[in-house]
Amino acid sequence: MPTFSPADYSAILISLKVSLAATVISLPFGFLAAYLLSYGRFRGKLALDVLVNLPLTLPPVVIGYLLLILLGRHGWLGRALASLGVPVLFTWRAAVIATAVVGFPLMVRAIRVGMEAIDPRLIQASRALGAGPVDCLLTVILPLSVRGLVAGSVLMFARGLGEFGATIIVAGNIPGVTQTIPLAIYDYASSPGGDPMALALCLVSIALSVAVLLIHEQLGRRMSRLD
Amino acid sequence: MELRLVTHKQFGAFSLNLDLVIQGEACGIFGPSGSGKSTLVSLVAGLLRPDRGRILLDGSPLFDSGSRIDMPPDRRRIGIVFQQPSLFPHLSVRGNLLYGLKRCAPEHRRIELDSLVRVLQLEPLLGRGVNNLSGGERQRVAIGRAVLSNPRLLLMDEPLSALDDHLRFQIISHLKAVCREFRIPFLFISHSMLEMRLMTEQVIALAGGRVAAQTTTEHLARERMGLSPVGYINLLRLEDMRLEGGASVYRWEGGELVLPRGERETSGGLFELSSKDIILFKRHPEAISARNLLACTVVSLFESGSRMGVELALGQGRLIAEIVPAAAQDLNIVPGSQLYAAIKASAFRKLAMAEPGEAQPDSEPVG
Repeated sequence: MPTFSPADYSAILISLKVSLAATVISLPFGFLAAYLLSYGRFRGKLALDVLVNLPLTLPPVVIGYLLLILLGRHGWLGRALASLGVPVLFTWRAAVIATAVVGFPLMVRAIRVGMEAIDPRLIQASRALGAGPVDCLLTVILPLSVRGLVAGSVLMFARGLGEFGATIIVAGNIPGVTQTIPLAIYDYASSPGGDPMALALCLVSIALSVAVLLIHEQLGRRMSRLD
Repeated sequence: MELRLVTHKQFGAFSLNLDLVIQGEACGIFGPSGSGKSTLVSLVAGLLRPDRGRILLDGSPLFDSGSRIDMPPDRRRIGIVFQQPSLFPHLSVRGNLLYGLKRCAPEHRRIELDSLVRVLQLEPLLGRGVNNLSGGERQRVAIGRAVLSNPRLLLMDEPLSALDDHLRFQIISHLKAVCREFRIPFLFISHSMLEMRLMTEQVIALAGGRVAAQTTTEHLARERMGLSPVGYINLLRLEDMRLEGGASVYRWEGGELVLPRGERETSGGLFELSSKDIILFKRHPEAISARNLLACTVVSLFESGSRMGVELALGQGRLIAEIVPAAAQDLNIVPGSQLYAAIKASAFRKLAMAEPGEAQPDSEPVG
């Protein structure tokens, strides 16, 4: 039985931390994007739809490379963040951004499915009862989207645990700093005699995925009991 | 209340062209499905935008394409009761009721929770969630929620269509009680002539996206007699039931009426009688099986489709019977003629409508 080194433990922790941070940060934006795509009537809706869904079909490496340009010393976002004294590239923050961008379409899709199942009469009733668009969003659409928000979050968190391509480009593979489980497995798999450790980390990865799915299942069951 | 509408709205091949003024406290909008009733509701409530035109409520514009006014629904102060209750599933009954009231400006608050709960008898439901209420209870909460938003005008879009007959008439008495008690002007939208007559005296008939008639409900009902498979429905308020020889005898303003003894005895109530179930005789028929034979006077005659309506006076009571025009000629029926009207005891049907002030709690099973 191989024993985990401190770097392996930190890879597990970094994976969890990065995925959780990416999910939490994406949640309000995901909700807003889902709302705009479900109920918004504006010019450029199709463009937004394509933009949101693009990471789903683009190779993660391409996303990583584009982020590298955007966040780099010459990218406008990189410069803005550097002037604020917040280094991003090759830190865990870059891993969070990469994970968030790659998982975003999955989250928006799940929220939209829930949101579009809301009876439009409820929204009309709330408007006729005196609720403005924002009031209606917060008091009717948001509470009735909880199921979609949970599903979207779980999906994104699970997807985030496996993020590899975009992360390795913008965050690198620095043990103890930006190395997540998949990056650690990649390291072990490409070094002689690393197979047992790679397999052990694979088992951790499987255990985490199963745990996430079970939690999702449990939450879903509890919510349908409340209905 | 005065509502002025001059609007045009196009949906593919269907176009709605309205030019009407509605005055008074209650008005019905009658028409078959696809005639534009629900579209009218959505236009007035602000849920749909007309292509062009104007909508004015009590002189103030809700929509005016000329001066680019389009008041959002939340500022129109127009309440809606839909066919489905559309209660917020994440809120309790109390939360649903208060949703509109909380958003109503203090200066417009006239109706408060306590008085509404009393009129609609919602007290036992207040703390419950909305997902285990019965159909009738849900619709009562939906009515209460709309009324508590203290609207200037209440729109009821087929509010009874999703309910069975028994509940329908109970909800009608709740609707009438609440509108009377709080003096809320309303538009009642329905494709049922009977509902319409129970709710309003004025009516606008829509057909194919246009106003076909603006008249009294009574007039419209008579006009449609010949077209309707059930004829004209006479509504009779019967009272003081007594049992006599295995039958129930009720007092009516036009005399006494004999009905079969019902399973549930009631001292009185509202009964319906189709114009098709009345047979007219010029002279007293000596032997007849019908239990009711009433001497009456012809007040007026009217044509409706291929049929002829005969308005009969019996004391204070009025009945409409229908005959074919040839029969009117053969019997020489003219205003002032004396006739006998025969009605079978089983031709009457009781409407399960609660009496004003004693609305019965509905008790049908959940689901």
